[in-house]
Amino acid sequence: MEEKEMKLKQISIFLENKKGRLWKALNILSNAKINIRALSIADTSEFGILRMIVPKPAEAKKILEENDFVVKVNDVIAVGVSDKPGGLDSMLTALNKADINVEYIYAFVEKKCEKAIVVVRIEDIEGGIKALEEGGITMLSPEEVYSL
Amino acid sequence: MIWNEEAECMSAEEIKELQLQRLQTVVKRAYENVPYYKKRFNELNIKPENIETLEDIEKLPFTTKTDLRAAYPFGMFAVPIDEIVEVHTTSGTTGKPTVSGYTRGDLDLWGEVIARALTMLGAHKKDKIQNSYGYGLFTGGLGIHYGAQKIGATMIPISAGNTRRQLEIMQDFGTDIISCTPSYGLYIAEVAANEGIDTEKLKLRGGCFGAEMWTEEMRGELEKRLHISAQNIYGLTEIIGPGVAMECEAKNGLHIFEDHFYPEIIDPKTLKTLPEGETGELVLTTLTREGMPVIRFRTKDITALRRGKCSCGRTQVKMDRITGRSDDMLKVRGVIVFPSQIEKALLKIEGVEPHYQIIVTRPKQLDELEVKVEASPALFSDEVRHVEDVKKNIADVIHSEIGLRVNVSLVEPKSLPRSEGKAVRVIDKRNI
Ligand SMILES: [Zn+2]
Repeated sequence: MEEKEMKLKQISIFLENKKGRLWKALNILSNAKINIRALSIADTSEFGILRMIVPKPAEAKKILEENDFVVKVNDVIAVGVSDKPGGLDSMLTALNKADINVEYIYAFVEKKCEKAIVVVRIEDIEGGIKALEEGGITMLSPEEVYSL
Repeated sequence: MIWNEEAECMSAEEIKELQLQRLQTVVKRAYENVPYYKKRFNELNIKPENIETLEDIEKLPFTTKTDLRAAYPFGMFAVPIDEIVEVHTTSGTTGKPTVSGYTRGDLDLWGEVIARALTMLGAHKKDKIQNSYGYGLFTGGLGIHYGAQKIGATMIPISAGNTRRQLEIMQDFGTDIISCTPSYGLYIAEVAANEGIDTEKLKLRGGCFGAEMWTEEMRGELEKRLHISAQNIYGLTEIIGPGVAMECEAKNGLHIFEDHFYPEIIDPKTLKTLPEGETGELVLTTLTREGMPVIRFRTKDITALRRGKCSCGRTQVKMDRITGRSDDMLKVRGVIVFPSQIEKALLKIEGVEPHYQIIVTRPKQLDELEVKVEASPALFSDEVRHVEDVKKNIADVIHSEIGLRVNVSLVEPKSLPRSEGKAVRVIDKRNI
């Protein structure tokens, strides 16, 4: 079987809780014609963290930094989960069995493939990939995610 | 040794009596000879006769740097110009300089107080004093010069700069005492080390350091690197120049020559006089200056006064080492905080930019201190928990520096005002 790269680049942006900052970040990407594949916001009372999957993470990072945003790039895993009850369960069971701690997850539903794409952030990413492979969970390569 | 035992070891009653008598004289002289003071006193409906006790000084108006500047160049002189034998000025870095005019009597006084200061450092007439303060309009050079002449020491008027020559003279002449700014002292030590000069072999044994704010840590460095006793001299051009106060061998405060300069400590916000031992802004009145008497000059320097007989035998009041300027001082929950302390804390943390802002509020009864710090890649993470940990760590480091809990907030890069000279670091929203 062909060895596929299963790690996906996620970019995160620091957002001050100020009107218009989320819009500004998204507007910069849209002007640069960078498509956002998935997005989630972690919000606290004082600041927010905008996390995104985009096809050109390096380019997105560069252009956001040019506009004075603080950007971090991390590896995450994307899993295709059938869009019906219990879909998420088998994935989390596989990780749990291997004692892999999940930092956070977020999902988006893709009409074309009738699947929910779940982005998983784990500290031990190699261990996570191994656990999902052993649990028979299909991960999506960056190319697959970007072409959805 | 004590230069002027009679003056420096007076009892509390004697000094108070002398101060009151001199205060009454200087107030009268200022009122009668300086139009500025006549006008200010009249506005407040005060006559020199109203000064009946030392506490009555609180009725008098303050003199600020702005007032002195407005009188530029000679408007504050209390004698005709033919009695002024010398002038000095401040550097004028923050606007027009202020001018100080000296009569022959004032130069005598200056020599007297510097003689006391140099004697505190252990200097005597057999010593060679290398004066590395700049000569010129700056008071450091000539002030020390007059004092050294007074005690009869050998003055080496080398002025600042040309560090190799300084070291050469120090070795060849066998300099005993040096006077310069503490930062120049450290620089001399550094050059000596580079040139392979063993400072332990130098005859040098004392340093009279002043004209800038310095720390106890710096004293340690100066003493270690130059093998000397490093002592702090304080003064300001508006009052006389160096020689307002000097640290004795006890090294736990500077004796103010209070028979000539009357000190008060005020709260810089309320302008009320503070009780002895409390920290606030130093206010000085010249008790014996002829050319330019200055009443209740706001030095902006933060310190506290401490009375009681010193182990050196002197009784003159001591002030703490200056740790800040009232322009920058904050009082939060009764604790004095300087932005520089917070800056010091922030610079200890990797990845923190030296741009910050301090916001003081009083939401209920209690002051709250918020420190805004710019987020940077080193501080930021995609995980909320990590960012919260970073904030907590910054708050902990600040806490250990200032003894107060603060709320740290991260803001976006380049969103805080940049310093062009003096940045707005503090926003006080308390309305007090
Ligand atoms: Zn003493």
